[in-house]
Amino acid sequence: MDIRVQQGAFDIGAETAAFAARNTTSGAVCTFIGQMRDFRGADKTSGEPIASMELDAYPGMADKQLADLAAEAQARWPLDDIAIVHRFGVLKPGEPIVFVATASAHRGDAFAACEFLMDWLKTKAPFWKKETGPSGSVWVEAQASDDARAARWKET
Amino acid sequence: MNILYFAWVREKVGVAEETLNPPAEVQTVTQLMDWLAARSPKHAAAFSNRASIRAAVDQVHSAHGAKVSGAKEVAFFPPVTGG
Repeated sequence: MDIRVQQGAFDIGAETAAFAARNTTSGAVCTFIGQMRDFRGADKTSGEPIASMELDAYPGMADKQLADLAAEAQARWPLDDIAIVHRFGVLKPGEPIVFVATASAHRGDAFAACEFLMDWLKTKAPFWKKETGPSGSVWVEAQASDDARAARWKET
Repeated sequence: MNILYFAWVREKVGVAEETLNPPAEVQTVTQLMDWLAARSPKHAAAFSNRASIRAAVDQVHSAHGAKVSGAKEVAFFPPVTGG
């Protein structure tokens, strides 16, 4: 398992290659990359452009929370490996924010675990986005749709 | 007890962290918010809308009714928006 919370940028190609290379016996590797949007609002046409974003983090808790989420994913699906890399600090549009990778014998488990990790990360990992555009800086508000996506994974 | 603030809660309070000794009667997250809000107008402003504030006690997400007695670190922040 590889969990990292870091200020510096990461290389999505290098992360993917390294993860696949250390899991060559897994039949399926699934990766997700969250990148910074260049607009705020529903879509690019009606939204406002964003020049930069500041990602605030609670470093000690973030590492712990991501490790807990990874442990939960491992308890639910037969996974060979998990990687989560999350940045903090100042980011520009197009830069990767988060990288999640899962390795499993079969794609169904790898896909499901990867989506679960992202959905729970969005509602539990202690990070906060502040976007800066022409009208100033605004803290991004949490979306009810993110809570709904995370709730789908609650065990019944 | 170390009290940490993040995102707009930190901006409203004006500091990222403070080390305080709440009295023994402060036993829950809600009671700690009441006690902190009385410290200064900035604290009062930060804690004016409790529904929009989340807490972590010793780095674990905790409800407002959760115990803080004996905790080393309590953090206050808005709902998270990472990923």
